[in-house]
Amino acid sequence: MVGILDVDLCGPSIPRMLGVGRQEVHQCDSGWVPVYTDAQKSLALMSIGFLLEDPDEAVVWRGPKKTALIGQFVSDVAWGELDVLLVDTPPGTSDEHLAVLENLKKQHKVDGAILVTTPQAVSTGDVRREITFCKKTGLSILGIVENMSGFVCPHCSECSNIFSKGGGEELAKLTGSIYLGAVPLDPLLCTSIEEGKDFIQTFPDSATFSAINIIAQTLLTCLQNS
Amino acid sequence: MADVPSDAPQHCPGTSSEQAGKTSSCQGCPNQNLCASGATKAPDPAIEEIAVKMLSVKHKILVLSGKGGVGKSTFSAHLAHALAGDSNKEVALLDVDICGPSIPRIMGVEGEQVHQSGSGWSPVYVEDNLAVMSIGFLLSSPDDAVIWRGPKKNGMIKQFLRDVDWGDLDYLVVDTPPGTSDEHLSIVQYLSSAHIDGAVIITTPQEVSLQDVRKEIRFCRKVKLPIIGVVENMSGFVCPKCKNTSEIFPSTTGGAERMCEEMNLTLLGRIPLDPRIGKSCDEGKSFLAEFPESPAALAYRSVVQSIQAYCLSEGTQGESAD
Repeated sequence: MVGILDVDLCGPSIPRMLGVGRQEVHQCDSGWVPVYTDAQKSLALMSIGFLLEDPDEAVVWRGPKKTALIGQFVSDVAWGELDVLLVDTPPGTSDEHLAVLENLKKQHKVDGAILVTTPQAVSTGDVRREITFCKKTGLSILGIVENMSGFVCPHCSECSNIFSKGGGEELAKLTGSIYLGAVPLDPLLCTSIEEGKDFIQTFPDSATFSAINIIAQTLLTCLQNS
Repeated sequence: MADVPSDAPQHCPGTSSEQAGKTSSCQGCPNQNLCASGATKAPDPAIEEIAVKMLSVKHKILVLSGKGGVGKSTFSAHLAHALAGDSNKEVALLDVDICGPSIPRIMGVEGEQVHQSGSGWSPVYVEDNLAVMSIGFLLSSPDDAVIWRGPKKNGMIKQFLRDVDWGDLDYLVVDTPPGTSDEHLSIVQYLSSAHIDGAVIITTPQEVSLQDVRKEIRFCRKVKLPIIGVVENMSGFVCPKCKNTSEIFPSTTGGAERMCEEMNLTLLGRIPLDPRIGKSCDEGKSFLAEFPESPAALAYRSVVQSIQAYCLSEGTQGESAD
């Protein structure tokens, strides 16, 4: 049983990506009921995306208001029993990150953070600062994922390193973090996400799925061991 | 008073917030009574100071996106390079991405220092006619994290606008982080008595980006910020080996073109993916100077020309925000 808490209040992408873009959130005795992606309730979501009447509505909030809503998301959502709660964050080291961490720590053990980068130095340059954020706030780093790691041309199979190469692994070495693996650029993954389809069900044989699966298995082992 | 005074508690809402003096965090703060009385919510004098400063800046362009990772900083940097290509023009690039300041690296001036003088902070010069300011220059290590809440970020942005000695400028380009939050409100607020020519909005072709970019457009309209136009970045990739085009970030809902039609905006252009762009940025070089005949460079130049044309005829053309 997995939950995803989307604390990107200005740009909430999780609802659309998981095919539940037009759902509403209801209240029950124990709080807000999360939105489930399937009848088995194996994946529960909460996002500000579900609270907006108009999907194009801008959430033009300063830090304190964002902090308050994130506090509610953590304490007032009736997640039920979960094996894993994933928290998707916007870029940065600011209100959202501090708010979600402070609120989670009040009631839960926070296993750690996965840091996602693209291969190029401009990206790893910012992720180095995110690593410092984790260290300063006592948040363990579960590992680094290098996303958009190469593109294999579907016509001729030539691999192009559109966003450079190797930065994720270098960053892991430089900072003493675990390198979880690389996920390639894949238009099929992008299209699936656009349409809110389950990429893993649709393309189980793809190299992209294999890459994501390896990372997920490594993480699960890490969580079980800790 | 500073937006977050040095003796304020951890969750200070900011002295100019509507909640100033009234939140639970305000209990026990030495400034609580002053804030609660409303004295701190008087118009910030910095707005007029900034307006005076900006009299010597002819054109101000904000680069925005609702979405992260679409290439705002890359675009801002190359817009600045292209505008400064005319040696008679004075150009500056202000980086207000406080948490993720990429501009110093992209402009090849990482590690440079900012100096103070009687006339304020001196920006870092990339060329004689191209100046840059970023919090990146104030951090002593590439690992330093800026773990600031909104009010403190706002204070920094105010200082950047008020205290940097830009001199006379033809163009000030402002690179922003993704979103519609403190940084964006602050830039618009502090420049409210100066005149912003408009915003250039960056997106990639897919709906997941456009969904956030539509929110950014709403933000612009809400704060009456004119929109110069939209740039669709990462728009197709030509394989260097077989020359076939792949839509890596597919436009399942018509891309920026349809969004612009629906929202009555100008599509300034489409810029293709090119691995040499990322490489140039990593090396702090101008992609436009390194590969001037590439399709992406030609696309950039066309977009820049449209932006310049807008700025020069501005006031008689362009979208008026309402």
